[in-house]
Amino acid sequence: MKQSETVRSFTMATWLGWQVESNWTDPFLFAIYVIIKPLATAAILVVMYSIITGGDYNSPLFPYIYLGNAFYTYVGAVMAGVSWAVIDDREHYKTLKYMYIAPINIPFYWLGRGVSRFLIGTVAVFVILTAGVWFLHLPLDLTQVNWGLFLVSLLIGVTMLAMMGLILASLTLMIAHHFFMIGEAVAGALYLFSGAIFPLEVLPAWLRPIGYAMPITYWLELMRRSLIGDVAEAFPTLAQFSNLQLIGILVGLTVIFALLSVVVFRWCNHRARELGLIDRVTNY
Amino acid sequence: MGTESLALSRSEKVTGWRLFLKTVAARAYPRIVGQQREKSWIFFEILLPMLAVAAYVYVYRAIGAPEDYVGFVVIGGAMTAFWMNVLWSMSSQLYWEKEQGNLSLYIMSPSSMMAILLGMAVGGLFASTLRALAVIALGSLLFKVQYSVTNFTQLTLVFLLAMTALYGMGMMTASLFLLLSREAWHLSNLAQEPIYLVSGFYFPIKSFNFWVAAAASFIPLTLGLDAMRQLIFSSGAALGFLNVTVEILVLIGLCVLFLTGAKLLLDYMERLAIYEGRITESRR
Repeated sequence: MKQSETVRSFTMATWLGWQVESNWTDPFLFAIYVIIKPLATAAILVVMYSIITGGDYNSPLFPYIYLGNAFYTYVGAVMAGVSWAVIDDREHYKTLKYMYIAPINIPFYWLGRGVSRFLIGTVAVFVILTAGVWFLHLPLDLTQVNWGLFLVSLLIGVTMLAMMGLILASLTLMIAHHFFMIGEAVAGALYLFSGAIFPLEVLPAWLRPIGYAMPITYWLELMRRSLIGDVAEAFPTLAQFSNLQLIGILVGLTVIFALLSVVVFRWCNHRARELGLIDRVTNY
Repeated sequence: MGTESLALSRSEKVTGWRLFLKTVAARAYPRIVGQQREKSWIFFEILLPMLAVAAYVYVYRAIGAPEDYVGFVVIGGAMTAFWMNVLWSMSSQLYWEKEQGNLSLYIMSPSSMMAILLGMAVGGLFASTLRALAVIALGSLLFKVQYSVTNFTQLTLVFLLAMTALYGMGMMTASLFLLLSREAWHLSNLAQEPIYLVSGFYFPIKSFNFWVAAAASFIPLTLGLDAMRQLIFSSGAALGFLNVTVEILVLIGLCVLFLTGAKLLLDYMERLAIYEGRITESRR
């Protein structure tokens, strides 16, 4: 019974999330919407890079930045997807209170709501990588890709991001609706510490430990290694670790974040019920 | 009898400019006071965006950019506060107000919608200015940005003109959002990163082709940012798109265009929305 409730909460939330995200317009406009935003983010970095280097796309730093940014799309998508469901349901549709009294599992419901953003993020990553190969000579050769490592890393990474999204969703229960983009803001901040768009060595020494404590750092390194091994080897940040060691660290940190998400959800959930925040509407 | 006369004096008819100004103050009030009631915005709207700005700074450091580019990023990052505010708290706010049920109350009241939008702008400008100043102060301290202000009068004028034109543009686009429903949220979401790209938030707009930069100048922050950078950085003038005086003249033109456009479009859209029954519509 418990198992079926969990699965039902997740699958129905996935379907609901997809409807909310996609059926506001026709499929053509939706496809453009999905593509333009991530391409613009990538283009900002490409322009910054090309202004300073004079368009030296052969440097290993370029694929490092480009790939890190492309896969970082998942960070914003999954974290924002899961946490946005709280504000959307509480303040927009005003259905969070009904979700709470329905026979569903709330954390799995939120995780399900994040799946549609993950799917949209996948399309965005594909488009960014294709544009990189076609127009910017990104040295990505599909015959050289370590597909096993890629798929395992992607699976663990998305699970880890979902757990981080759950923590953020729980915290969102406690805060007012000052700002629309909490998930994106947190993802934007983590951009700094995860070595997504520059090697961690560029950070001051006192900030680097934060980067080493972040699972996203290891995940992005694994994604780069699986797609373009040479790129990862050109930077010393995590060169001393083998692929297996990196996977071990990533799994360990994912488990820690999963446990943390349970603790944070229980605490925030209790406080939100106690303070009457479940059906709070704030609008400035 | 005494109570009756007191009630009459309290409900004294307010019209004309007094009503306009009272409406502006009334709509600005919740935005300013809301900032004091819950302080979580300091973390989500100042600290996190600051970290995102820092990420772009370290990208420039990783690719060996001249130090003035760090300053460009800090100023651009600070100005994102105003763009986000116009997008989310001006343009799409009327959609949000419609969903909350406030829009019909606004229309029914004797106040003008221009006054309500101006109140939103004043309240939003206050919050955004705080955030922008915090990002500039923190960014300047952390990254030791060197400023070389050549003309304070022009700098103040450029900032005021850019803000007037920007919020005028926000008021104008808000009227379009009167007709929109769920797509409003997505359209605002779509107008973030692409605008950061074409308006040169993180690099000089001169890097683009002249006509691309000229088209991007339709967004007031493009020329506002370019002129401010020319006036506060030693290499700013060399990397500027147009002469500062020309940019000031264009900004004056944009102020007139957007404020007039806002008044005309708002009147037209309000009538159209009433005629088509969109004021209380809720297509979820």
